[in-house]
Amino acid sequence: MSKKASFSESLRSIPQNVFSGFVVSLIALPLGLGLAIASEAPPLAGIIAAVAGGVVVSLFGGSHVTIAGPGNGLVIVLLAAVTTLGQGNLYEGYLYTLAAIIFSGVLLFLFGVLRLGAMSEFFPATALQGMLAAIGVGILAKQFHIMLGIRSVSGGTIEQLMAIPDSFLTFLAFHPFSGILGFLSLVFLFLYGKIRNPYFHLIPAPMWVVVASIAVGYYYNLVLKQPTPIDPELLIKIPDQLFTSLPRPNFDKWFDFNFLGVVLSITLVANIESLLSIKAVDKLDPKKRRSNVNKDLRALGLASIVSGFLGGLNVVTVIARSSVNVNNGGSNRSANFFHAAFLVLFVVFLGEQIQRIPLTALAAILVYTGYRLATPENLLRVYKIGPEQALIFVVTLATTLFTSLILGIVVGIVFTFIVHLFLSKNFFLFSINLFKPNVLMYREDQSGNYYVSVKNFSSFLNFFRLKTKLDQIPETEHAIVDFSLCDFVDHTVMEGIHDYQRTFARKGGHFETIGLDIHSAETQHPFAVRKSMPINALLGIQNSLSNRQKNLSALAEQQSWYYSPELNYEPEGLDTFLFFESKVINYKINSIQNPEGSFSVFDLSFSEGAFITKEDLKATFLLFKPTINVPVFVLDKEDLKTTLYSWAGFDDINFSKFPDFSRLFHLSGSDIKAIRKLFTPELIYFFESHPFFHLESNGNTILIKGKDRLSSLQEIKMMLTFAQDLSELLTSQK
Amino acid sequence: MAFKSFKKLLFGFAFSPSLRANVFEVTRLASFLNASLVFVHVGKKTSEKEAQFNSILNNCPEVPSDVELLWRDGKPVNTLVSICKEINIDLLLIGALKREKMLKFYLGSIARELTRKAPCSVLLMINPSIERQACKHIVVNGFDSPQTKDTIEAAFEVGQALKSDKITLVEEVSESRVAVAVNDDRSLRKATLKKEKINREEKLRVVDIIKKIPSQKIHGLNWATQSVFGRRGYSIGHYARVVRADLLVMNAQEESTFLNRFFPKDLEHILAELPTDVLIIQSHRDE
Repeated sequence: MSKKASFSESLRSIPQNVFSGFVVSLIALPLGLGLAIASEAPPLAGIIAAVAGGVVVSLFGGSHVTIAGPGNGLVIVLLAAVTTLGQGNLYEGYLYTLAAIIFSGVLLFLFGVLRLGAMSEFFPATALQGMLAAIGVGILAKQFHIMLGIRSVSGGTIEQLMAIPDSFLTFLAFHPFSGILGFLSLVFLFLYGKIRNPYFHLIPAPMWVVVASIAVGYYYNLVLKQPTPIDPELLIKIPDQLFTSLPRPNFDKWFDFNFLGVVLSITLVANIESLLSIKAVDKLDPKKRRSNVNKDLRALGLASIVSGFLGGLNVVTVIARSSVNVNNGGSNRSANFFHAAFLVLFVVFLGEQIQRIPLTALAAILVYTGYRLATPENLLRVYKIGPEQALIFVVTLATTLFTSLILGIVVGIVFTFIVHLFLSKNFFLFSINLFKPNVLMYREDQSGNYYVSVKNFSSFLNFFRLKTKLDQIPETEHAIVDFSLCDFVDHTVMEGIHDYQRTFARKGGHFETIGLDIHSAETQHPFAVRKSMPINALLGIQNSLSNRQKNLSALAEQQSWYYSPELNYEPEGLDTFLFFESKVINYKINSIQNPEGSFSVFDLSFSEGAFITKEDLKATFLLFKPTINVPVFVLDKEDLKTTLYSWAGFDDINFSKFPDFSRLFHLSGSDIKAIRKLFTPELIYFFESHPFFHLESNGNTILIKGKDRLSSLQEIKMMLTFAQDLSELLTSQK
Repeated sequence: MAFKSFKKLLFGFAFSPSLRANVFEVTRLASFLNASLVFVHVGKKTSEKEAQFNSILNNCPEVPSDVELLWRDGKPVNTLVSICKEINIDLLLIGALKREKMLKFYLGSIARELTRKAPCSVLLMINPSIERQACKHIVVNGFDSPQTKDTIEAAFEVGQALKSDKITLVEEVSESRVAVAVNDDRSLRKATLKKEKINREEKLRVVDIIKKIPSQKIHGLNWATQSVFGRRGYSIGHYARVVRADLLVMNAQEESTFLNRFFPKDLEHILAELPTDVLIIQSHRDE
């Protein structure tokens, strides 16, 4: 694409990015305030970080659809920093912490300059998860009390965890109204994903919590003519003079041992959180671009420096907000900028309303965040990969909780290595080969395939060598990774390999691993777990056929089709549909297929969003191959969301002759001429007179989606008839 | 500076369990190459040992016409090196050891020192056997170095003598020559294009070398080229293992210069873990 064309394209995409930036700001506002309060910093510190991140990273960053701002992982580190550096005086501690944030920004910038973007690859995946879970537990333990309106609980994470039952039983005696508000907010956050109403989902859950709690306050003031029954202690305070009263970082302690420890912890966590987020967001990017990680690190470092000088927290790439951005059509870095701009507008014009937000509601959002970080599902998933992985997870988690974050991750690394020694029973394998190159990559001259061979052992200790090679393969090519010369492959590598497989599949390439089968047969491969299993499968629910499965099987038999109840983790041909562009497909199950293979119906588990905005969905889909050529298009029901989208610049193809169809349906696609040709009056009448399904074409196959849940047998039959009629109609149009 | 054919081979032996296999292997090789063979034992000559050795030699099915047996006293390395110089040996044969359980081969300390000090070409054999194992696939380095022409010529000559099926010329290209750091899609595209260009250049260079080799040496042998981007001296060894080459032919170490005193030498990785039989060609530039 020429520079001019890409420029005009980014101009055209501005309205979309304003829109997604706006939706992101709705979630960034409560999170920013909450994260700052949880770190014992002034509430605006979080907003300042988000604004600095939005402006600086959108200008200098190397990723495309990420959002930068205050991070969840850092709460614990910053909180510890504020309390230890302040020695009792929280505000003093905050000023010292600002200096530490600036230092860590410089370090992060240097990491980017020195191209240390691969640093996160040196950490064993499970130990990292254990550390993140510990951070989650830390947030949850502290915020649970505040959510219930109790601010008096002090002590370390363990003491606070122990005090949770007590707080839960007694909170009605302190601030019953705020406490109940907080608790209800938490319940709402847990239920939000279950409510499948598209209008409702236009506003992210945390914003609902904030809006509702502000509304309750207004209800008391304006309707009941009473003061708000929330203790002023439990409300947010914003200084009146926003821009003149910025705090100044205090550099007096820069040579202090504690201070340097804080700088190190902040940098470590900021680095890890950002890199993990960037990696995860790249998998959601509808345009399938690869982020320049080192450039992003430099921008994040710069943003942290700016933020620190303005009195804000440090800036990292955040996964939940980024996924909201992707889901709302954000397509380039300008969305990050607009999210910052909207935050400034909020603070300037809605300052009064912000001061009506009860801390208990914000604490509920944080408790939910902490829970999502530390969810027991993670432990269960890790356990399924291998009991030794669960052990690593628990050891890292416990060490982090009882000591400090740095010590926790160091113990996690050492312990993982000990486990590897124990499993492989071969110390020499590691000691002799650690510093030797072990990866060969070449492009086979005849086939043009990329062949990668790994020797000796491959674990978190030397994964970076393999990764550097793999990163040099364009994801549209065919890559073969051969482990047959490798005696030991650990879980971190397996997980990394699986990530590559997904990326290659998304971009139309092919990524194969070979040579692992021999190993698992020889049981030399304790980590040769190919994928994480969904919880249902873990609990053995799939062992016998359910009623629905039996009915499906009967339906298939009746039509002389094939039925397969098996889980398929890498269903083919779905990545090319727009619907799955920013979603992650988990697995396909219960598929029935006609003998020619031109029709198939199946259940699919997929997820949308990430982290606290992640929603796991299951739905029934139908795929069929029409006999004629069809252009790429998406046909959807016209609703509030699509209307908003068309305002934001997403195209809707309307037919002036068919006002009803144009009003009811949202039709989009790039080849407008071909689409208009395809949608003959007969076809339009067909859609108007049949039940509605989400329908789209990827150029040679048509995808039909049922409800936002699994379809019943009756509904599947309806879908089938619909598809068969449509197929016949399309054939007759030839 | 044409390549000098292997006409005089030397095998220094010790009385080890693998002696029989080694003797079978080297006599077979010498007769394939149509060369004379000198056996040297560094140590006391006793009639017992001589009888043992002779009984092995007499059992060999293919014995070259010209076989000599020498017994010398002294330090093994120095003695063998001086004999090589004395009687103008073309190729020194050394047996490697096999590491128990790990299925990996390495050189004993004597063999390693010998490899470094040898004034002539050296063949390191990892798997001597009593039955003949055909040498089907030869991998040879195509480094950008003045010695490479001789090395490639030697590979073709050996390939003809051993009736190999295929010779692959591997050009190892250091990543630093690409000089584009892969960060994102754009730099990846740039790096990929640059690699393709280097690949073409390398291929031309190697084909040019082959054009200079007398055509009767190439006749009847399949050959192909393969560029590998990676650590020089490491990648080719790994490649030879991956393609299950039967022989890897390498340039001898270049004269030690200021720079390669600090950096590990090309052969180091291969000697540490022999991927297959390795033939190290010493070119005779002074001739």
